[in-house]
Amino acid sequence: MFETISIASIVMLPLLGFVLLALFGRKYIRRFSGILGTLLMLASTVFALYTAWHYFFVMGPVNGAYQTLLPLQFNWLEFSPGLSIDMGLLLDPLSVMMLVVVTVVSLMVHLFSIAYMRGEERYPTYFAHLSLFTFSMLGLVLSTNIFQIYIFWELVGVSSFLLIGFYFDKPSAVAASKKAFIVTRFADLGFLIGILILSFQSGTLDFTTLIQRLTSPEGNEFKNAISSSFIGVSALTWGLVLVFIGGAGKSAMFPLHIWLPDAMEGPTPVSALIHAATMVVAGVYLVARLFPVFSVSSPAMDLITYVGIFSALFAAIIACTQTDIKRVLAYSTMSQIGFMMFSLGSSGYGDEAGLGYTASMFHLFTHAMFKALLFLGAGAVIHYVHSIEMKDMGGLRRLMPVTHLCFLIGCMAIAGVPLLSGFFSKEEILLAAYQSNKAVYWVALFTSGLTAFYMFRLYFSIFWNKNYLSHSSDQHHGEGGALVLLPLIILAVGAAGAGYIPFGKYVSSDGRPLETEFHLLFSIAPVSFALVGILLAFWLYKNKNERPEAIAATFKGLYHAAYRKFYIDELYLFITKKIVFPLIGRPSAWFDKNIVDGLVNATGNSTQWISAKIKGLQSGKVQEYAIYFLAGVIGLLFVFLYVIK
Amino acid sequence: METPGLYHILFISTALFFIGAYGFFTRRNLITMLMSIELILNSVNLNFIAFNKYVWPAKLDGVFFTIFIIAIAAAEAAVAIAIIINLYRSHKSIDVEKAEEMKY
Repeated sequence: MFETISIASIVMLPLLGFVLLALFGRKYIRRFSGILGTLLMLASTVFALYTAWHYFFVMGPVNGAYQTLLPLQFNWLEFSPGLSIDMGLLLDPLSVMMLVVVTVVSLMVHLFSIAYMRGEERYPTYFAHLSLFTFSMLGLVLSTNIFQIYIFWELVGVSSFLLIGFYFDKPSAVAASKKAFIVTRFADLGFLIGILILSFQSGTLDFTTLIQRLTSPEGNEFKNAISSSFIGVSALTWGLVLVFIGGAGKSAMFPLHIWLPDAMEGPTPVSALIHAATMVVAGVYLVARLFPVFSVSSPAMDLITYVGIFSALFAAIIACTQTDIKRVLAYSTMSQIGFMMFSLGSSGYGDEAGLGYTASMFHLFTHAMFKALLFLGAGAVIHYVHSIEMKDMGGLRRLMPVTHLCFLIGCMAIAGVPLLSGFFSKEEILLAAYQSNKAVYWVALFTSGLTAFYMFRLYFSIFWNKNYLSHSSDQHHGEGGALVLLPLIILAVGAAGAGYIPFGKYVSSDGRPLETEFHLLFSIAPVSFALVGILLAFWLYKNKNERPEAIAATFKGLYHAAYRKFYIDELYLFITKKIVFPLIGRPSAWFDKNIVDGLVNATGNSTQWISAKIKGLQSGKVQEYAIYFLAGVIGLLFVFLYVIK
Repeated sequence: METPGLYHILFISTALFFIGAYGFFTRRNLITMLMSIELILNSVNLNFIAFNKYVWPAKLDGVFFTIFIIAIAAAEAAVAIAIIINLYRSHKSIDVEKAEEMKY
């Protein structure tokens, strides 16, 4: 049996960190709180890597397939003998892969934050929240049943809320944290209903049993789930679509993406951890976790494909026009998650058909590396220039050589330059799309060209373009110490080398190793698109010139629409402020205030009025009481004599 | 001379009861009120005696009750006077209208 303790401590160490830092951080271990959090995270990472090594290499596949292990499972809430909610740990290739991603990225972010957040008033609180987030994300990844995943899902949402709103004295940060929480919470409503439908149809909450019952065509549960329908769609599809809505909310898929760009108000390392590498892929993880069930329902899969590809393209177009470097990265994240989603959606289950699944998980893995790298690099840049706007940057390559190099590697990886990690994973995704849906393939190809363009627009704008006008405050700090550069370098190595992992061997839709071939001819199209994008960015942004403005002026309408993020925020505001509030909100508020509260108040007021009127009877005079008493006795006498008899 | 009948005695006892009640409601002096209560009690005693004598002459229950009531009345008077003395100590008065703090 697997060492349960070491797996449990992957999850529990961050929780310990949270408790210690939250209780004692501010008073006793203020200066060491960052180091303490990082050390606990380091231990957790070591355990995670050990688990991954043990799982993939020591235990290996049994009969050609990796096993699903439950090293720990216990009844948490037992409602009745048949109905209970369990807690436990689940190990399969997917969760082990996610363990590695989450712990490694979290460790890098912890390391980076030690220096980056130094001098903050709420330094220990920051690390406490970071640990809480890591704990909940790891719990989510290791969940054994759909209810446990929901609990951790919400915990992730809360810790994301806390971290986005970390600078709570900044009104925009507060607004952003509220927005993130409300939008994802709104989507989680769909998730919850989806959970209820799926667990009702299958009669269980447990992932393994649920998947088994809802995918075997002979089973009663499967037949029921397919045959019972609502508005012409089967219950199974409804459940899956609703679960996907929850995933889309966390993963910032269109049209629930509006919170992600605003979430950049949080500290930059937080963006790297939550809004690039881990939390936003929770939706992808959820779909992957229930993938066998999803693959049964083709309408749900089509929805995932089209939402994914549309989000990818949509976000890529917006990313080309944004000037805030973190927002460019945010939209690029959304676009890349769109890639993962449509890759999942266009995949089939089992063996060769499961290429899209493997590609999606592969991209998740490499994306975590290079996107965390890009965000941390952006954090270092922002720290240096004290601005998030592109116009304040430019020509930083000499001033920040190491950051420049790491950032370049990240950009090349995401753009899909050959031999770096993004190239391999994106190539697999495109191949999977090509095999299943040509239209999606062409859009994806175009989007990957756009990706290269906007990433290099970002790169050239930060590091080339014009000479940096240094201001006096720059004198006292340089590029940043070893603690800032070390995570960048480690992640850069990851971003460069992660593509060489034979990923299909480890993670595939049915647990059986999948041989992914590399097609040299096929990669010509993506690479040439990427090169065109890079060259275009080079031509426009390498040196400061008038061409970008000229192009923006030519496509004025499109440019403005994209710059304003296609007015999605305005649309939401219009719907909420002009339709929901006046037509539903205010009447309900009126009803609540006047009718519901009115009834309650009337009861209270009438009691008060009556008691004011009759309190004079309690006069304190003995003789008056005696008179009432006598009157009462005489009254009773009359009653007994004449009324009752 | 004719011996008084039950109705005569009941008339006296009723009169005694209402005189006591009237005194209890109108007097402000606690001692006087206590005396009024004694009047009411004694009207009840009279009733017991009268019913015992005229309705069940062979029994003694009414008489026993009367003796009990007298004993209890004595105890009650002791308690009442103790209360009155305490009231006097705290209020420097035994006027019942002065002791009306226990109200709404």
